[in-house]
Amino acid sequence: MSGWAEDVFDVLVSAEIRQAAYVPDMGLKKLIEMCIADDAMTAVSLTTEEEGLALLGGAWMGGDRGVLMMQSSGVGNCINMLSLTRSCEFPLLMIVTMRGQDQEFNSWQRPMGQNAQEILGLAGVCARMIEETDAVAPAVASAAEEVFATNARIAVMVHQKLMPIKTFGK
Amino acid sequence: MTDSETYPLDRRDVATALLAGRDGLVVVAGLGACAWDITAVGDHDLNFPVWGAMGGAASIGLGIALAQPDRRVLVLTGDGEMLMGMGSLATIALQEPNNLAVVVIDNERYGETGMQRTHTAFGVDLPGVAAAVGFPVTGLARDQGELDAALPVILETPGPVFYTIKVKAEELAFVLPSNDGVVLKDRMRKAMVGA
Repeated sequence: MSGWAEDVFDVLVSAEIRQAAYVPDMGLKKLIEMCIADDAMTAVSLTTEEEGLALLGGAWMGGDRGVLMMQSSGVGNCINMLSLTRSCEFPLLMIVTMRGQDQEFNSWQRPMGQNAQEILGLAGVCARMIEETDAVAPAVASAAEEVFATNARIAVMVHQKLMPIKTFGK
Repeated sequence: MTDSETYPLDRRDVATALLAGRDGLVVVAGLGACAWDITAVGDHDLNFPVWGAMGGAASIGLGIALAQPDRRVLVLTGDGEMLMGMGSLATIALQEPNNLAVVVIDNERYGETGMQRTHTAFGVDLPGVAAAVGFPVTGLARDQGELDAALPVILETPGPVFYTIKVKAEELAFVLPSNDGVVLKDRMRKAMVGA
């Protein structure tokens, strides 16, 4: 499961990420656990995803690079706070694991799952959907480089077919 | 329901008391009156007045506090702004940044939209919330004596510290900082990390 997590973690280490903010997702479980275990990173558990945008703005002003991790439903919680990120041109590296795509058993995930990429685009975040396991880490690496060199806002979205399937025990 | 028009403390005096002797203090101000208050005391490279992003001020302060553990970080925000980001208090409490103080300048009103009453006018106890989520130091100041006692706690006591300072509901002259977010960001980062 999550065959890309180790490689993405290595990318975050190489990119000198110091604050790793997250609302969990099953698809992010392993990556978040590695961030929590790493002494060079502060893992910040959020009550809602928008906190992470404000947190990482502050982090950047204080000299820390950060990453914000969430599932696609969390994108909806971010929209107004992205006005801060955009107005100040804060660098933003997001990793979004998708729900509401392939083999989604919970129909309530579809509204955000099917629209998160477009919504991020409308809110000024370049959102890239990755559909191959081997492509996730390179996508995060290139996003990180772009984000911190040019104050860009990029979300790497990991397609649901790369995620463990949630079945509610059926 | 309380009547905050009669409270004795003036918000600009409170801001002056908190910031007059600043030396390396980083200040994040929530949108609206708090942004005008810190600017009235004096613009500063280490001021970050927020013009929107309601509910985000405390989280911005947390990000700075984690990145700059040797600096004192003060978030000065309004009751309405804090109510919108109340979950961030729980997030801060988990991180235990001992250099962060969150201070609510509480006039019990939404000042930028017509002075409508906020939840604190009906008794919502923000220091109680902060204590309940795990802030080790919390307090409430309602008059000059309590403010005088609060100042060293807010500015020096290892925290995270949460304080509510009750102030008079009044509409004051605008004292506007730059609204150029890029300028505000770059000057603060430069002041702290040099680039």
